[in-house]
Amino acid sequence: MSETAANESFIRDEAINDTEWSRSNFLDGVKTRWMILRIALSERLAYRGDFVLGTLMRFLPIITQIFLWWAIFQSLNPDDPNEARLKGYSFHDMVAYYLLTMVGRAFSSMPGLSSSIALKIRDGELKKFLVQPVDLITFLFWSRVAHKVAYYTIATIPFALVFYLCRSYFTLGWPDAWTMGAFVASLLLSFAMGFYLEACIGLVGFWMLEVSSLLFVYMLFQFFLSGHMFPLDIIPEPFRTVVEVLPIKYLAYFPAAVFLGKVHGTQLLIDLGMLVGWTLFFFIMSQVIYRRGLKRYSGYGG
Amino acid sequence: MTIIQIDQLAKSYRVYQKKEGLGAAMRGLWHREYKDVDAVKNISLRVEPGEFVAFLGPNGAGKTTTLKLLSGVIYPTSGKATVMGFVPWERSLEYRRRFALVMGQKNQLWWDLPAQESFRLHQQIYRIDADSFKKTMDELTSLLTVKELLGRPVRELSLGERMKMELIAALLHRPEVLFLDEPTIGLDVIAQHNIQQFLKFYQLERGITILLTSHYMKDIAALCKRVVVIAQGQIQYDGSLSGIVDSFSGDKIITLQLATGQSDSGLERYGKLEKIAMPRVSFRCPRNEVSKSLAQILNDYQIDDIAVEDPPLEETIAKLFNHVSMDQGDGPTTAMSEATPSGLTRS
Repeated sequence: MSETAANESFIRDEAINDTEWSRSNFLDGVKTRWMILRIALSERLAYRGDFVLGTLMRFLPIITQIFLWWAIFQSLNPDDPNEARLKGYSFHDMVAYYLLTMVGRAFSSMPGLSSSIALKIRDGELKKFLVQPVDLITFLFWSRVAHKVAYYTIATIPFALVFYLCRSYFTLGWPDAWTMGAFVASLLLSFAMGFYLEACIGLVGFWMLEVSSLLFVYMLFQFFLSGHMFPLDIIPEPFRTVVEVLPIKYLAYFPAAVFLGKVHGTQLLIDLGMLVGWTLFFFIMSQVIYRRGLKRYSGYGG
Repeated sequence: MTIIQIDQLAKSYRVYQKKEGLGAAMRGLWHREYKDVDAVKNISLRVEPGEFVAFLGPNGAGKTTTLKLLSGVIYPTSGKATVMGFVPWERSLEYRRRFALVMGQKNQLWWDLPAQESFRLHQQIYRIDADSFKKTMDELTSLLTVKELLGRPVRELSLGERMKMELIAALLHRPEVLFLDEPTIGLDVIAQHNIQQFLKFYQLERGITILLTSHYMKDIAALCKRVVVIAQGQIQYDGSLSGIVDSFSGDKIITLQLATGQSDSGLERYGKLEKIAMPRVSFRCPRNEVSKSLAQILNDYQIDDIAVEDPPLEETIAKLFNHVSMDQGDGPTTAMSEATPSGLTRS
């Protein structure tokens, strides 16, 4: 092929790409995501027995956690634990807080995500995403949405039951509509941030074949600094300020704090803005790490 | 017009040199030694549309690396290649929609779901319209006789059935170029035969271009007119399968069926005796002496039947590989450590 002919065909191809983009790319993109979601959902259902059992088992720690806090408050005020206060938290507040972080973590935790990415890199399943016209991260994101949808389908009933049984712990009652909206937004964003954050950890697998120890360190920090173990506002300074600026608090503490009305007004808007910012940050990071990793993979391994 | 064009393509990997012993392992934590291994060394090749080309070579010879380069999974260290005018490692979506890669040891189907679910996903990501999807699917499933298996979870299929499904998944978007990396690995003879028949038929009918690597001589003999022998990362031979024997084997195998009562004594004069199972005797004879030897034998012995054959292909190729590794045995041999001919004769 002469150079001009090659150029012409190149230009023609570009033109095709352009019209394709403007015409139906968006719609096709949506359809593709929907199809990934649908298939990942039916895959989940293939293991429904194990899945239902696993989901229900995750409610067991609630009981031990409630007993633990009861013991702590009892030691604070042996005569009347219900009157005891821990940095402003009563026993009821603490249980309410704990239950809300359960909801938050149901959105933001990504069991198996990092390790499955590292495994895909190690065993070569990644090739599929280089050869077929589908993006790995998009694919994983929508599969994860499917996981969460499946999880909530099963978990709604026990969640409702637990909240019903523990309704007396929510001394403030239901928050107003605005707060409720912010709560839902914080949950959805914490899902996205959690996803991209753990995707970044998994993508480190391009450089280290095994990411489980890295993940372990992350989980350890997350356990304490996300607010999963205790409310972050009981931490003394200067740790409190450090934790406040870290993104990890959005995974568990923040949604619960919004629901309980601890964050409101301008601070709420700032925090939501920060959460959007962190989500974008980890999204961009995951793209950058993926591109870099692919370069390395294609250059050295494959 | 050439559909696949490869010019001076080279790929070297950097591998970590692990030394033996705990002390060395500890030192390896700080200071690592790497070694470059040339998987593919300056390969050049042209493939015309509609060709069915086999890559033949020992393990680690660079066959799979070449297919990976052409599928865009890895970047070359140097050199150029285009497939249908695309540079593979740019990985444009346009290119990805026009070729397919099937690896016999990897599966792309969803393990726990029926194959048809995976096919639907492919329909979406390859943007196949509903009509042609249905048509292609009907055609492929009836050709491969797997229609009734479409609804069964992939994990419950046999290896052969799964391979058929893999092929369907790869062909749904009607790729113009197909790369097959050991598509029949681990399959039994019947399943191998079925896949071969299918590939042969499909390639003829659609006129698509196929590059195949395989260890099974039968695959190659059944499918490919053109064979490219790769060893030590270089092309050692490019031509017809039978041409390999002509260029690399100087012997013929003569098998005699001796008449009753005829002794075999003295036959060793004509060549190295290979097998004696009276009344049949086989021996190896240099090609240029065949006619002279036969004339003498017919004169001196009572013969019921004669056959003159080429030595088995596997043997010739094993010889060819051996020859290559002896020639260049002092080079970086890491990639060639498995390059014993035994890998080949196991067909």
